Amino acid sequence: MNEEILLDVKHLSHVFSLSKKVRIQAVDDVSFQIRRGEIVGLVGESGSGKSTVARCVMNVYRPKEGEIFYKGINLCDRKEFREHKRMLQSKRQFIFQDSDSALNQRMKVWEIIAEPMKIQHVTPPRGTLRAEAEFQMHLVGLDAGYLDKYPPELSGGQRQRVAIARALAMEPELLVADEPIASLDVSIQAQIVNLFKQLQRQHGFSILFIAHDLAMVEFLCDRVGVMHHGKLVEMAPVKELFEAPRHPYTRSLISAIPIPDPKRERARKTGKEMDKEWMDA
Amino acid sequence: MPGLLEVNHLSISFFTPRGEVEAVRDVSFSLNAGEVLAVVGESGCGKSVLCKGIMKLLPPIARIKSGSICINGTDITGYGERDMQRLRGKLFSMVFQDPMSVLNPTMTIGAQIGEAVKVHQPRIAKKELTEKVIGFMELVGIDKPEERMKMYPHQFSGGMRQRSVMATALAGNPKILFADEPTTALDVTIQAQILDLLRDVQKKLGTATVFVSHDLGVVARVADRVAVMYAGKIVETGTVEEVYYDPRHPYTWGLMRALPAFSKGQDYLYAIPGMLPTLIDPPKGDAFACRNEYALAIDYREEPPLFPITDTHYAATWLLDKRAPRITAPVRRWKDE
Repeated sequence: MNEEILLDVKHLSHVFSLSKKVRIQAVDDVSFQIRRGEIVGLVGESGSGKSTVARCVMNVYRPKEGEIFYKGINLCDRKEFREHKRMLQSKRQFIFQDSDSALNQRMKVWEIIAEPMKIQHVTPPRGTLRAEAEFQMHLVGLDAGYLDKYPPELSGGQRQRVAIARALAMEPELLVADEPIASLDVSIQAQIVNLFKQLQRQHGFSILFIAHDLAMVEFLCDRVGVMHHGKLVEMAPVKELFEAPRHPYTRSLISAIPIPDPKRERARKTGKEMDKEWMDA
Repeated sequence: MPGLLEVNHLSISFFTPRGEVEAVRDVSFSLNAGEVLAVVGESGCGKSVLCKGIMKLLPPIARIKSGSICINGTDITGYGERDMQRLRGKLFSMVFQDPMSVLNPTMTIGAQIGEAVKVHQPRIAKKELTEKVIGFMELVGIDKPEERMKMYPHQFSGGMRQRSVMATALAGNPKILFADEPTTALDVTIQAQILDLLRDVQKKLGTATVFVSHDLGVVARVADRVAVMYAGKIVETGTVEEVYYDPRHPYTWGLMRALPAFSKGQDYLYAIPGMLPTLIDPPKGDAFACRNEYALAIDYREEPPLFPITDTHYAATWLLDKRAPRITAPVRRWKDE
């Protein structure tokens, strides 16, 4: 792994104003770094602000406070962002949870994959856009027979593969994946996680992997951050985090991972007891 | 003694313009009172169709082709919509995956639970109704029911919504509860709470539950018995201990190995190769054969029957035939550790 810091998030905070009175502190003073070639996981329950962090990193939201640096470029500074817009918008790619709504239903698969190249005016290295799409599809394990299909004709796992192929077409350096496996079956989840791992090794990009399934995160990521109520409560290398979790919330999350063993599973504490334990702590 | 619910050789097909989709093929199982049966399989294997088929909630293009559904010894296979309506809620109820699409966003939670109670007791007094609603909300573990019953679904979190849906499902005091992936849309911690709640309620009220899931990890927590479904058929069934500690069907092995817990320390996760076959024209022989690394020649020709392993444990694979080669399951046994 390279020591070069690709993404540097410093004291990021974001507030949503629902009305004049009601404000929600979605992200509260979060700082972390991603090195080149590193897979960083972000876990936490829904509403803990993981997706908001991802969206701030991708310039979907403008953070209320704090700074985000991508290769030394301040993403929150409009002028700096504008100067490097082309590079930033192609080298960072986003993968969404719901592949159903992330893909345009009226476009064929090859058009979807080739669209970013069209927008960024990239000359396809393999001749035509269609050939380029076919090459990318091959990388994510789809054969050429799917080129002319429409998204509704594909299964959830296949659609997620198309979304990954579209992101890879721009040869990104940073991939932000917001719960990419949450809506898939366990056996398909395994396929997609393997694909992420394999592609990361081939291309060497960094991944910010957001999930609530800790077992998958343990398998895929190098480092993991745990978020709770907008705060990053713990960040550690994956082995350290699972073997010796420091924060009580992390402990309760880890103990909630289902074990595929009926006797052990039943001997465990109930969810309420676990919650109580960490509330007391 | 006949079980509470007896399903015999049930086949359900969808008659679509593209042909007949055989979603459920020759499924038999029984459910005893107070028992939790988990139906496990990938999406598209027919597990939801099975539940909805028993409750007759399928669209008109779906038809029960053959087989019978008996409840308490009464055959309800031929029941029409009017008869079924009398049974729904009282005899069986259903909890769906996505609680937000089940709840009415313009009604308060209390009104929705109340509505379900009223269906079964139309003449109930207002005061008594409120008491009942509060009772159900307490049963499913919603704190401060007096205040919360005046709130709307959007003010509830995902876990609380699922609890409210369970309260409406339990309002008619059903004998059987169908839970169709009730925790898939929830986080790990909330998921554990809802599973505990399911078991809790089931113990308190003695409701028999059919729990549908794609995650074997979740099933271990709640189920008494497990049925593994593949391509519309039950391929292995047994008590939870039998299926987890001594799985026999290659598909069950595949499902187990796909869990990250079984791939600890390995470089890649195991994934079952290939995809589900289309059920428009199901393949000849064992539908799993083309994805099965242990497939025998006979798997492509003839469909395996359910071989008994014990009185309660059955699996449909030719590997259990006495002429088949001995294969040790590639699943690490947790018990031995």
